[in-house]
Amino acid sequence: MSTRDPSLFAKRKRANAFGLTFSMVAMSIGMLFLLWILAILLWKGFAAISPSLFLQISPAPGTPGGGLSNAIVGSLMMVFFCAFVSTPVGILAGIYLSEYGENNKFSEVTRFVTDIMLSAPSIVIGLFVYAIVVYQVKHFSGWAGTIALSLIAIPVVVRTTENMLKLVPTTLREAAFALGAPKWKVSMSVVLRAAKSGVITGVLLAIARVSGETAPLLFTALNNQFFSTNMNAPMANLPVMIFQFAMSPYDNWVHLAWGGALLITFAVLGLNILARVVLREKVKV
Amino acid sequence: MTTTMKSMFHSDINQSGTEAGQIAQANEAAAVNALQIKNLNFFYGSFQGLKNINLDILERRVTAFIGPSGCGKSTLLRTLNRMYDLYPGQRAEGEINFYGENILEKGKDVNLLRSRIGMVFQKPTPFPMSIYENIAFGVRLYERLSKAEMDERVEWALNKAALWTEAKDKLNQSGLSLSGGQQQRLCIARGVAVKPSILLLDEPTSALDPISTAKIEELINELKKDYTIAIVTHNMQQAARVSDFTAYMYLGELIEYGKTDQIFIKPAKKETEDYITGRFG
Repeated sequence: MSTRDPSLFAKRKRANAFGLTFSMVAMSIGMLFLLWILAILLWKGFAAISPSLFLQISPAPGTPGGGLSNAIVGSLMMVFFCAFVSTPVGILAGIYLSEYGENNKFSEVTRFVTDIMLSAPSIVIGLFVYAIVVYQVKHFSGWAGTIALSLIAIPVVVRTTENMLKLVPTTLREAAFALGAPKWKVSMSVVLRAAKSGVITGVLLAIARVSGETAPLLFTALNNQFFSTNMNAPMANLPVMIFQFAMSPYDNWVHLAWGGALLITFAVLGLNILARVVLREKVKV
Repeated sequence: MTTTMKSMFHSDINQSGTEAGQIAQANEAAAVNALQIKNLNFFYGSFQGLKNINLDILERRVTAFIGPSGCGKSTLLRTLNRMYDLYPGQRAEGEINFYGENILEKGKDVNLLRSRIGMVFQKPTPFPMSIYENIAFGVRLYERLSKAEMDERVEWALNKAALWTEAKDKLNQSGLSLSGGQQQRLCIARGVAVKPSILLLDEPTSALDPISTAKIEELINELKKDYTIAIVTHNMQQAARVSDFTAYMYLGELIEYGKTDQIFIKPAKKETEDYITGRFG
């Protein structure tokens, strides 16, 4: 005496096939464009990769050859200082939000502002730093670029840190409190340590995010045709260099722009892969 | 106030040897109260979790709390080291005298208190650090020890928790690399290492296999020579095996409290008997 209706099963199977097909199509479209971008980048950019790309500075208009050493060093310096500033600030703020800011107004506001900052157009941040720093000191500089990049990176670090710390089970906190540990000790030595790989991942993703940012640097570090490690002067950097060179009429500049684009892509890809590896380590322990 | 807590902190460690001797000579009736709970009420917001609890916990004895889920036994345990303080909205009223000092008083240093009343939880919670560091963590909070003294303390604590032979060759490995039962013994070692006078065990074996459980029960028998132990358990046989005194709780009330033998063999109240014999509900 079965009341089973075979048409129900058939209907479910049809729905399943339908859903599966659509998700596969959606994925294929996404993959297609991603691979397309990578293919063009490799094809155009790979030809530009040579020792001179890393060793020579950007060429003057009309001169052949040249490289991007000034832009590479400039980008590395600004991203380094940005990481140096945003890592401690972001992590400490994240700890505050997760461990201390349960239900108070201040943390709610901080969380809200951080979320807005996360989605703020980066050009707005560039303009802000231009008005606050560049306009005041009357010149573009590497420091101004670092500040703009940090403003983009900090919210990313804050939110990932907070989310990762919140994943740490309460029982672990209680266990530390049960030994008589004060709150700051529990937060720093136990909770932060338990969430270490997640927090590091957040920092790496933030660095990956800022290393491709162009708009904020356009108004702050500007660019520099010469090799300079002076953070107080305009500083060459890959994104702005790519922006200028790619739109120039000189073949060797366009060529270098593709090389630079490939470098940034691989740096960001490398950081993302590293972040994934770090996060996987966590699961292993 | 802090000074008195501190003096207690030192006196207990120093006296533990002589006091143990005195206690052994004294008869049961003369045993000292480690904790005196008087008219204790506990609230989760507006819900009353504990209703007018009166209970003495004797020094160097094992007191077991039994009762169905939600009866308040874990809540009671968590008031004894003021763990509830971490959560706004939870509050306790009444008195809990810990060697004569009311720990529920405002302005008590709860960190210092928790270093004197340790706790081990249901699920093993090793810290994400080496086995050695897991134990040194708590000790470093209140004592300044040389490397050699710390090594000695770690070995002592691991021995107390019957984990030394298994762990001595991997002290630098992560505490998370141990098995569940070993992790729980590590947590006990960690709690013992700070030399508290009371150990609170909140269902310490409910996540463990029978062999690990047996080891921990043996351990409890060893530890009660030096420590006052309060244990919450869902396992009635366990309460019968390890405890000297048993308290049966139901719906936030203490129904019956007495010597374990008496509670299990000839309970005074019908409810207790029903629960123990499994006719509950």
